[in-house]
Amino acid sequence: MSDQPLLEVDNLRVNFHTPTGIVRAVRGLSFALGRERLGIVGESGSGKSMTGRAILDLIPHPGEVLADGMRYRGQDLLTMDKRARRKLRGRHISMVMQDPKFSLNPVQTVGQQIAEAYRVHHKASSREAKERSLAMLEAVQIREPARVYELYPHEVSGGMGQRVMIAMMLIAEPDVLIADEPTSALDVTVQLQILKIMDDLVTSRGMGLIFISHDLHLVQSFCDRVIVMYGGKAMETLPAAELADESARARRHPYTLGLLGCLPDLDHPKAELATLKRDPAWLA
Amino acid sequence: MSTNPAILVDKLNVSFADNHVVRDLSFSVASGESYGIVGESGSGKSTVLRVLAGLNRDWSGSIAIEGQAQPKHRDKAFHRNVQMVFQDPYGSLHPKKTVDDTLAEPLAIHGLGDAERRIGRAMSEVGLPTSFRFRFPHQLSGGQRQRVAIARALVLEPSILLLDEPTSALDVSIQAEVLNLLSALRKERRLTYILVSHDLAVVAHMCERLLVMQFGRGVEEMSAATLAARDPKTAYAQQLLTASEGFKRG
Repeated sequence: MSDQPLLEVDNLRVNFHTPTGIVRAVRGLSFALGRERLGIVGESGSGKSMTGRAILDLIPHPGEVLADGMRYRGQDLLTMDKRARRKLRGRHISMVMQDPKFSLNPVQTVGQQIAEAYRVHHKASSREAKERSLAMLEAVQIREPARVYELYPHEVSGGMGQRVMIAMMLIAEPDVLIADEPTSALDVTVQLQILKIMDDLVTSRGMGLIFISHDLHLVQSFCDRVIVMYGGKAMETLPAAELADESARARRHPYTLGLLGCLPDLDHPKAELATLKRDPAWLA
Repeated sequence: MSTNPAILVDKLNVSFADNHVVRDLSFSVASGESYGIVGESGSGKSTVLRVLAGLNRDWSGSIAIEGQAQPKHRDKAFHRNVQMVFQDPYGSLHPKKTVDDTLAEPLAIHGLGDAERRIGRAMSEVGLPTSFRFRFPHQLSGGQRQRVAIARALVLEPSILLLDEPTSALDVSIQAEVLNLLSALRKERRLTYILVSHDLAVVAHMCERLLVMQFGRGVEEMSAATLAARDPKTAYAQQLLTASEGFKRG
């Protein structure tokens, strides 16, 4: 049983029917997620966020999600009704969004929001929920949990807000966490603290993590495997360590090399940065 | 060429109410040099640029541009010579004005004639096709918008450009294009840059020297070579450098 992947996605497509035609945000993506850190990288518009949202059934109207198969621990997500899907969401599969400023409820204290997340999924008294929430705040390394519990979102810093979001998503103890650019709005030092928290959860609880990011350096140093997406398609899937591996260059997809090439690099100064050449044939 | 530095800042202090955001900051930038300022959010790096650009008038200390001490309220000639490019091209362009309007306005303010030729030149310098001239910002991509913002600054033919995180809202491939453009323009027009960024690799790529800021103070000034050699002297600069190299397990 332990070999069964947490999440299997087979030929996922996300389409938006617009007056000017069909926009294909994701065009046939397949992958399986185990108890690992899987990175999805790509530029804006590559479909990486839409992939995360499709798994959670959060694609807004008029979007349509099609797939040959989408399973969470063997349970078919495609045939599941909305209610069952909702039960899964948050409890078993959870998502951390990019910006805490827009994702937290501005008129509720952060503590109440975390406690609510717990009580939605577990039968618990409000007292127990509060205790759990305080423990969770501590787990994400917030120094004075009791004080922070009473704060409103506008009273916390960006880094703290992001930790609150992570606490809220993790309090139900999901098996799969989808993190959509969880650290791009944060300073580098805070960013590393947040990653450390998620890293510990993968190692200690055996959670599966999908880490969506545009930051190649970060993904390379943090994830186990990486899917490189362009125009809604996976260009290639590779072990993260190979991104930096010079000897593996010959095996790399030209798009991956292009993305790496246009980054300024402290160790390899260049007079002019390479610009990315895109080949329409990649999407064929 | 004069011996005066293009920008000389001495003991600059800025406070917002009780919040002392820039403390005794001094640095100088030679003419034609590209100077970087790095630091985390709240370190005061953007405030320094805003003070230099004349957008913030509540400061003490002294600022000299090309040898001339600057008053709190700058004159028109100053604004023509010193231009700023902001972080977010989505926010810094007027949504209801076309590229042409955006580029014509600074010319009208400064009473410069020959708008047709100047706008055409600025657009071609930043690599925007002339067919884009009557487009609105929403009809442009992020990279194109940032090119418009740079063209808007260049149309007055300044000698100093203040760049506040000019590429951090852009994809890496677009960032490369904009950075290449900025490098080429500096060479062609012999411009002086101050580039504020949180990305050490970008600063090392673009600048000869840089200043690390923390809590409103200049912590360390170093050359890009020192940065590339991983050889900063202060603990904070070292920490910033380590953090920028990505995640380390264990």
